Amino acid sequence: MSALRVYLDGIGLCGPGMAGWAASRDSLAGTRPVELSPTVLPAAEALPPAERRRVGVPIKLSMAIGFEAAQQAGVDPANLAAVFSSTGGDCDNCHAILETLASDDRQISPTRFHNSVHNAPSGYWSIATHCMAPSTSLCALDATFGAGLLEAASQALASGQPCLLLAYDTAYPDPLYSLRPIPYPFGLALLLRPARSTTSLACLNIGLSEKAPDRCTDATLESLRQSIPVARALPLLQRLARNAPGRVVIDYLEHLSLAIEVTA
Amino acid sequence: MPALRLSSFTLSSALGTGLAPTLEALRAQRSGLAHKHWETVDLDTCIGEVGGLDDLPVRADLAQFDCRNNRLAQLALETDGFAEAVRSAIAKYGATRVGVFLGTSTSGILSTEIAYRHRDPVSGHLPANHDYRHTHNSYSVADFVRHYFDLRGPAFVVSTACSSSAKVFGSAQRMIAAGLIDAAIVGGVDSLCLTTLYGFNSLQLVSPTACKPFDAHRDGISIGEAAAFILVEAGELARPGEIVMSGIGESSDAHHMSSPHPEGLGARLAMQAALDMAGLTPTDIDYINLHGTSTPSNDAAEDKGVSGLFGTATPCSSTKGHTGHTLGAAGGAEAIICALALQHDLAPGGVGTTEVDPRLASHYLLTNLTIPMRHTLSNSFGFGGSNCSIVLSKVMA
Repeated sequence: MSALRVYLDGIGLCGPGMAGWAASRDSLAGTRPVELSPTVLPAAEALPPAERRRVGVPIKLSMAIGFEAAQQAGVDPANLAAVFSSTGGDCDNCHAILETLASDDRQISPTRFHNSVHNAPSGYWSIATHCMAPSTSLCALDATFGAGLLEAASQALASGQPCLLLAYDTAYPDPLYSLRPIPYPFGLALLLRPARSTTSLACLNIGLSEKAPDRCTDATLESLRQSIPVARALPLLQRLARNAPGRVVIDYLEHLSLAIEVTA
Repeated sequence: MPALRLSSFTLSSALGTGLAPTLEALRAQRSGLAHKHWETVDLDTCIGEVGGLDDLPVRADLAQFDCRNNRLAQLALETDGFAEAVRSAIAKYGATRVGVFLGTSTSGILSTEIAYRHRDPVSGHLPANHDYRHTHNSYSVADFVRHYFDLRGPAFVVSTACSSSAKVFGSAQRMIAAGLIDAAIVGGVDSLCLTTLYGFNSLQLVSPTACKPFDAHRDGISIGEAAAFILVEAGELARPGEIVMSGIGESSDAHHMSSPHPEGLGARLAMQAALDMAGLTPTDIDYINLHGTSTPSNDAAEDKGVSGLFGTATPCSSTKGHTGHTLGAAGGAEAIICALALQHDLAPGGVGTTEVDPRLASHYLLTNLTIPMRHTLSNSFGFGGSNCSIVLSKVMA
C-alpha cells in the first residue's frame, strides 16, 4: 500500500495535565507519572479583546495548540494552510441553540448561529493570523484524528507547502454529554512539511492498515485514548516523546487503522 | 494536480429526484421553491423542500442511521444508477480503495432538535431512542454511505458551512494522487432543520419570498435541501464527451465570520487557484455558476471578485433561485449542474431574478443560453470565510 511521507516540524498539545508539548513530554515518555488535572485553556490572545471574551472552548483550544506548533517550527501562521478536525465542534454553543429551539421563543442569537458552524475555529484562526491560505474542517466521529492526519499529510504533499493539523475535542453539557461523554477538552496540533527542514523533529511514513491499533500501557493514558477521539493519537505522541523510531498503529475507522513509521 | 473523472453523478433537490427532472427544470427555468409550512416552523419564508422524505425510511439494516439527512442521502444514492456505479468501482478496485468524502453543515441535527422538545421533565434526559452518533454527529452521512456500500477505505465529512461539498473534491483528488485510493464518493447532503432556518433568520438573511440572486431588489436567501453524489476516479480514464474536474481552488477570507470580504478578495484567490490548476485563463471559461446566495452583501462581494477576474462578458448565473440555498450540499449540487451544462451546452439562466442590479458588473443570465461549452467554474463560499471554486471541463475528442 502507498504511504504518505511527511516531516513533523512542530507539536502543540493541550489536554488534562498536558499544558503544551514540552511540559508533557516526560509524562508521555513514561519518565514521570501522568496526572489528570483539568485542561487549562489559555485566553485567545490573538483575538481582539471583545471577541476574546466571547469565544468558546474550541477556539481557545485550537489557538493554543496551533500557535505552539507553528512557533516550534518557526513558521509564520499567516501563510499556513490548515486542517481542523473535531468530533463535535463547539458543543456548548450547540446545546444553547438546541435549548432555545425547544423553547417557546425560538429566536436564537445571531452570534451563536455563526459560531455554530463546524469551521468556526478555522474562521477565527484565519482572522487572527490574517491567513488567506486554504483551510478545511473535518469530522469523522471517533476517527477524527486519523481523518485530519490523512488530509493534512496529503495536502502538504499535494501543495508542496507545510500544512498545520489542528485536532481538538470538547464535550457537550447534559443531556448530550451522556450520549457522547468526552471527559476533558483535548487538542493536538502537528505541523507537517512535505520535505525535511532544519527544524524537522521526525519523519512520518503514514499508510492505511488493517492491524489493530496500539494501546497505551499506562492505564490513565489508555482511558484518555479510548474516550477522546483526538487522544487516539497518544501512542504516536508517546513514541515521539521517547524519541524512539519505529512503527506505531493508531485507531482510525472500523476495519481501518493508520500505520505510521516514525524515523529520525 | 491531475484531473478527476466524474464517472457517475446524481442530484436530488426541490427540483426533483435525479438528473432528468433537474435538467428539465433548468431548461424550463422552473423553481422548486415554495412558500409553505414545514415542521413547526413559524417563519414567513420560502423553502426548497424535497417531498416525501417522511415516508422513505433508510434501509432496515441501517435503521440506526434513520433521520431526514440520511433519508435524503439514500434517495439520491438509489437514483441515476449511482449505487450500481459505486458497486462496479468496488468490484474493480476493492472496498479498501474507495473513499467517502462528503460535505454537510448540519447533518441530522433535526433529530436532536426534536429530541430536545421531548426531554424528561425531571431528569432532563433525551428520549431513550435518540441516536446522537448515527444521526446528529457531523460524520453521520459519510458513516451511513460507508456502511451502505460496506466500504473499508478512508472516510470523513468536510463541514465548512456552504463550501463543504465543493472542498471534498479536493480531498478526493489529493488522496487519489497520493495513491491511497483509486476512487471516491464525494458530494454532500444537507436537509432542512430549525437551526439553519431560525439561524439565518436571526441574521436577517432570509427572504420572505423566493430568493432572487443578483436582482436589484434581492433581500435574502431561501433555504433548500439537497443530496449530491459524484463518483470520482483518475481523470486519465475519462473518454471524449465525459466531464472532469480539471481545477479546484481553496482560500480563506480572514475577514469576518458571517460577512464576505467586501472586495471579494478571498473569492478571487479561490477562482484564480482553480484556473491555475486547470491551466486555463479567464476567457476559457464558458459559464460561471455563482455562489449567488441573494443577500445584498454576498452578491455584491462575489460580483466584485468575478468581474475583477473575468471582466463583464463571461455568462454567469446562480441556480439558488431554482433549488434554494442547499448550504453544505450546494457545492456538490452546483458542480452537478455545471456538469449538466457542459453535457447539454446549456448555460442556465437564473430564476426569480427579474431586474439585474445595475450596480453589479457581471454578465448575469436571465434566460437560458445555448452555446458550445467546454469549461465551467462553480463558486461556493461559506461562513468563516471558507471559499472554494471548481473548474469542470468536457473532454474533447
